[in-house]
Amino acid sequence: MAKPQIVKFHFPQCLEDMPLGPSAEAGILTEPNAGWRVQRPVIDHGKCTKCLMCWVLCPEGVIDKEPEELAIDLNYCKGCGLCAHECPKKAITMIREGEFDD
Amino acid sequence: MIEKENGSQRDFLNGDEAVAYGAKLCRPHVIPVYPITPQTIVVERISEFIANGHMGGEYIHVESEHSAMCAAMGAALVGARAFTATSSQGLAYMHEMLHYVSGSRFPIVMMNANRTLAAPWNIFGDQRDSLAQRDTGWIQVYVENAQEALDMIIQAYAIAENDAVYTPVMVNLDGYVNTHTYELVTIPAQSEVDEFLPPFKSKNAIDFEAPRSFCISASTEWNMEFRYQQHEAMNRAVAVIAEVDRKFGEKFGRSYGGLLEEYRGEDAEAVLVGMGSVTGTARIVVDRLRDRGLKVGLVKLRFYRPFPAEYFKALGRRVKAIGIIDRDLSFGYEGAVASDIKAALLGSGAGPKVINYIAGIAGRDITKENLEEMYRKLFNRVQGREEPELQFVGMRW
Repeated sequence: MAKPQIVKFHFPQCLEDMPLGPSAEAGILTEPNAGWRVQRPVIDHGKCTKCLMCWVLCPEGVIDKEPEELAIDLNYCKGCGLCAHECPKKAITMIREGEFDD
Repeated sequence: MIEKENGSQRDFLNGDEAVAYGAKLCRPHVIPVYPITPQTIVVERISEFIANGHMGGEYIHVESEHSAMCAAMGAALVGARAFTATSSQGLAYMHEMLHYVSGSRFPIVMMNANRTLAAPWNIFGDQRDSLAQRDTGWIQVYVENAQEALDMIIQAYAIAENDAVYTPVMVNLDGYVNTHTYELVTIPAQSEVDEFLPPFKSKNAIDFEAPRSFCISASTEWNMEFRYQQHEAMNRAVAVIAEVDRKFGEKFGRSYGGLLEEYRGEDAEAVLVGMGSVTGTARIVVDRLRDRGLKVGLVKLRFYRPFPAEYFKALGRRVKAIGIIDRDLSFGYEGAVASDIKAALLGSGAGPKVINYIAGIAGRDITKENLEEMYRKLFNRVQGREEPELQFVGMRW
């Protein structure tokens, strides 16, 4: 998916490195975007029919329909649960963060 | 209006009109303004220039002074040259944005018509409005007459947009005494100003080829370094101000001395320090007293920030008494200008006698007689007589 990925930010090493006023190169992610998520959606691919209702409704646009099976970009998913609530096949379950290993 | 050979013109203008002509000559792209007495004539003239097709630029009649400075900042962010003007309550209203603009390093130029702050409500001049903005990170200059007002708008852009500075400049005119007094003013030719002040090519603007995030927050670990940068830029401005004034003098035949101008200060025993219009009157008084053989001089303090501390250190070593005229008052202490000068004098080693005169509050005239009296009291101190260190001049009782 065409989302910015985490990259290393090069902090100024001396006064001459400082930008003119508080500005920085745009589109730089220095840390995970959705680290504050409480629950994450997990897709049961056995139930999923790829109807793409979740793909249409996801407010963050983090559902990737390109692979064989739908995938969720967990770096951007805020865990709202809208996909799980709306899935016609009940194929998405919200699981508490920390209750499984990545 | 009288045409002169080199394309410049002579006209009878008040200070506000002179500022409007100065702004016009600088070709700002965006002029977001809100009218306020005694600045109103500036925005009226500029709107007429634009409506009549004599001036380019986008004139935005915003809903408040806070919005005026916000719009100027937005314009600077896309690399435009921005101009605005305000006064007193309006300046206070845009206070928050003054910090934003200087901290973001946008070289905006603003005219301020010095007027007292309510309450009690009053539209006449003193300098409490701009002096209260001391720590907003703006360069502040105070002018003596309409010609200097016009010239300093042009110089202000050259200072602000200098690569070593990138700091906004506030050009202050005493309300009414400067803003509404008509004088003969030379309006330079547009071609001459274009040569002196080339088109603004911002190095701190949105660039689609190299996208940047602007006005971002800076954490505790990084914030102080940005403040240090602002301080260093202000320090570098000292040399730039002098250089711009020198080049302006070469080009237009008028220069003002940089951070300050000393008038008949050679061998002076007692000097008065003042900012703005009072220095015009004080010159006459100095001449009169010199004719009587009194060794008096005048320091016209032009720039309040950056502050010429080194100069005052040196001055303290060669004069016997310094009188500081403050058209302001920091209640419970003394005048703001006096505090800064006295702090600088601590480094002089010598100890000139100092009297702080609070005068010209809310438009009260500072007369020639007032000024003579100020000099006389300085000589009292030199001769060992007692004088209060803080005196209110022209008080009713």
